[in-house]
Amino acid sequence: MNEFGYAGEVTSRPKQTPTLRELTDYVYFRRNVAGVQREWWSHRYGCGAWFLVERDTRTNEILKVELPA
Amino acid sequence: MRLGPRPGERLDRTRTVSFTFRGRRIQAFEGDTIGSALYAGGQRVFSRSFKYHRRRGLLCCSGHCPNCMMTVDGVPNVRTCAEPVREGAVVRPQNVRGSLDFDLMAVTDKIGGPFTPAGFYYRVGHRPRALWPLVEKFLRNAAGLGKVDKHRGRETRYDAEHRRARVLVIGGGESGREAALSASIDGPGVVLVDESGRLGGHDLPGVEIVAPARALGIWEGGLVPVTHGELLLKYRAERIVVAAGALEQPLVFPGNDLVGVMLPGAARRLVEDWAIKPGERAVVLATDDNGLDTADVLRGAGVEVVLALRVTGENPRRITARGRKGRLRSVHVDGDRHACDLLVMSGGRQPAYSLLAQAGARVEYDERRGIFVPRDVPSGVSMTGSVTGEVGNGAVPAPSYGSVGGKCFVCHCEDVTVKDVKRALAEGFDSIELAKRYTTVTMGPCQGKLCQLNSIRLIAHEHGMGEGAIGTTTARPPWAPVEMGMLAGRDHEPCRRTAMHHRHEEAGASMMWTGSWRRPHSYGDVPGEVRAVHQDLGLIDVSTLGKIVVEGPEAGVLLDRLYPNRFSDLKLGRIRYGVLTTDGGRIMDDGTVARLGEHTYYVTTTSTGAGRVVDWLEWWNAVWGYDAEILDVTGALAAVNLAGPRAREALAPLTDLDVSNEGVSYLDAKRGTVAGVPCLVLRIGFVGELGYELHCPSSAGEHLWDTLVAAGARPFGLEPQRILRLEKQHILVGQDTDSESNLLSAGLGWMPKLDKDDFVGKWALEHVAERGVRERLVGFVMRNPVLPAEGGQIVRDGRSIGRVTSSRFSEAAGRFVGMCWVPPELAEDGSEIQIRVDGADEPALVHLQPFYDAEGAKLKS
Repeated sequence: MNEFGYAGEVTSRPKQTPTLRELTDYVYFRRNVAGVQREWWSHRYGCGAWFLVERDTRTNEILKVELPA
Repeated sequence: MRLGPRPGERLDRTRTVSFTFRGRRIQAFEGDTIGSALYAGGQRVFSRSFKYHRRRGLLCCSGHCPNCMMTVDGVPNVRTCAEPVREGAVVRPQNVRGSLDFDLMAVTDKIGGPFTPAGFYYRVGHRPRALWPLVEKFLRNAAGLGKVDKHRGRETRYDAEHRRARVLVIGGGESGREAALSASIDGPGVVLVDESGRLGGHDLPGVEIVAPARALGIWEGGLVPVTHGELLLKYRAERIVVAAGALEQPLVFPGNDLVGVMLPGAARRLVEDWAIKPGERAVVLATDDNGLDTADVLRGAGVEVVLALRVTGENPRRITARGRKGRLRSVHVDGDRHACDLLVMSGGRQPAYSLLAQAGARVEYDERRGIFVPRDVPSGVSMTGSVTGEVGNGAVPAPSYGSVGGKCFVCHCEDVTVKDVKRALAEGFDSIELAKRYTTVTMGPCQGKLCQLNSIRLIAHEHGMGEGAIGTTTARPPWAPVEMGMLAGRDHEPCRRTAMHHRHEEAGASMMWTGSWRRPHSYGDVPGEVRAVHQDLGLIDVSTLGKIVVEGPEAGVLLDRLYPNRFSDLKLGRIRYGVLTTDGGRIMDDGTVARLGEHTYYVTTTSTGAGRVVDWLEWWNAVWGYDAEILDVTGALAAVNLAGPRAREALAPLTDLDVSNEGVSYLDAKRGTVAGVPCLVLRIGFVGELGYELHCPSSAGEHLWDTLVAAGARPFGLEPQRILRLEKQHILVGQDTDSESNLLSAGLGWMPKLDKDDFVGKWALEHVAERGVRERLVGFVMRNPVLPAEGGQIVRDGRSIGRVTSSRFSEAAGRFVGMCWVPPELAEDGSEIQIRVDGADEPALVHLQPFYDAEGAKLKS
């Protein structure tokens, strides 16, 4: 059990009805960057908040933490 | 064989220990290892090799090589050279058919031909194709080391512990001890991990010693798992000091695996630690002082050293060891014969850089000393001692001293010879990584400790390139062998119990896991419990359901956007069934949503899905930023389902609510008092009878349960509930559906409101509607009284076209019934399908309506 939960990179949900290709891109494809990534985290065993983190996936350095706007 | 008492020996001669080896009693001293005691007793052959079943004796005597592996007290592959003696231990040789001295499988060493080269199993026995199953069976039987006794109960209980250290020192040699001592000056939190149990004599104030213990690897964030007895210690260290030392390397020459050929450390330990005379006449061939110095140690033990020679490059040109019945008789150096029964060989010492490389250090070849040394050690990790490359002066040996006149082993673990490696290169497996995978060199029990350097030297020589250009294979954990049980460890998942848990136990329930919950499977009479619900009155503990309050001005909007159906128009005090789907259109969880107030909804989920659904709701709410709060009250509330024709009659005297069909009608949610406890009363019918789900504070759960039981309700468990819900074809998410199922294929096409602007899963569902479903979830009844297995196949013309997800005998329907996935053209009432049951195809009929009370009259009565 970990205090913080990781939920993968931030994806952008289509604003209007997507084509099948756009939909599969959004549902199944991730960029998986080697570099700075914006991602979702939750303070699972704490306040329960979901928040956004900018992390360098190569070094694990956390550059920014913010609550979703 | 045992010498007189020596200074520094590890034996306590006042205390004897005995164990049995092949039924014989072996006497040992406290301080002996099983290996040393056997050696002192005259045993020289310790094992048979992996592939050729050649006799093997002590080689490294430090727990690295496979030569001394035996089965101790039923545990296979124990390095007996490092395993302390235990009174009464039962030790048996392994990998032999027959005995160590006469092994039937040794024929593989003699016949040669197709069985010897590396990778032969890719080429031999595949044609004709019918032959392969037989060959494979034979090979599978012959392959592997040691046998796990499947009938033996689990005697060892492995466990894991999380620990922290300021400084973690790996390796208890001189430099490791120094590093630990100097770190301890700065304060506490210094831990020293050492493979041997020999640190007792050293005074290390302020240092916590963990020994005998082995570090398995260095992971991100300073995580170092350490095996220590039956414990896996997961250390998080602020700073790691690697003092793993260096590994003595064998020389490669024909006969280098004969019994009596050993590394300097083995000869030293036999003499110095256990006061054993390792042989009578010895030859020492070494590239370094460490090896040559062994000659003095041997002389001191009364061994006649007939030759001690520094081996450098091409001098001598040839070395050949000869023996009889696998035991060394003589060594031939450039044609001169030296009779001996002990050969100490040393190809130098290679820094044990693996842990550092795992941590991110680079490994560089040092041409002058002929070794790979770690460089650019990452921050947070440091190294000290011989692992840094301080291994004394030495010469670089030739990759091999001849390859005719017997097998020349590069890798003792996997029986890989010089010829095998050359052949792999000739066949095009020319990089070190490919040659490794093809020949399995470095992939045996020593994990490259004794063969990596020699195989690199050989490949470099064959290619005419430098060792640095060949490079090393990737260093991967585990650095030391580890039992599977250690990695599996103990289940540390917490177990959750409901407020009524001990009432179930008192009633004799057999308990089962549902996620992290313990729930009654049944109270011993499944058909009786089902009958009670159908005919009288049943009571089930449903406290494990996820319970979530969603509250706020935009709570309805949030739910509308998360569920395929609509909740903002749900009337106050009413309940609607809902299924959560993902944007991929897949079914995720199901449950009910009750509207308790203008801005308040009460959401229930499956027992195992609660955590995921809470996460899901909170995450989407964070994404969209609605004005709604999500509160998980799963643990705070207990819940029971009172179901059966007598439910109303039993509930009425206990409550202030009007429980008539008009007062609380089907799918009504009302607050009231039951048995003096404030309850939320949900009229839901999962089990198909008139029923009330009562949710109350956990603290009152037991009282509510007791009152209802006293009112005549018979407790029923999960298994009866599964039958009851199957009779109604109510799906179980995760049982009847999987990660591929969508609403349309699961027969829930009536639910989604596609006229809504947006909901999670809408787009995917539209595509599914357009494309059509590929399979459908339907009910079925068996024609004959047979029970198909859950997971059983629906077959047509001998091919699988679907699968059974649920199946039970329904007393009410008088049939074996179930749910299954079938192609859409078969999803019609009365379609005939065949289900494979015990090899036979059994006829069944598709049945789309509930098997019990199809109109739902009882439910709504």
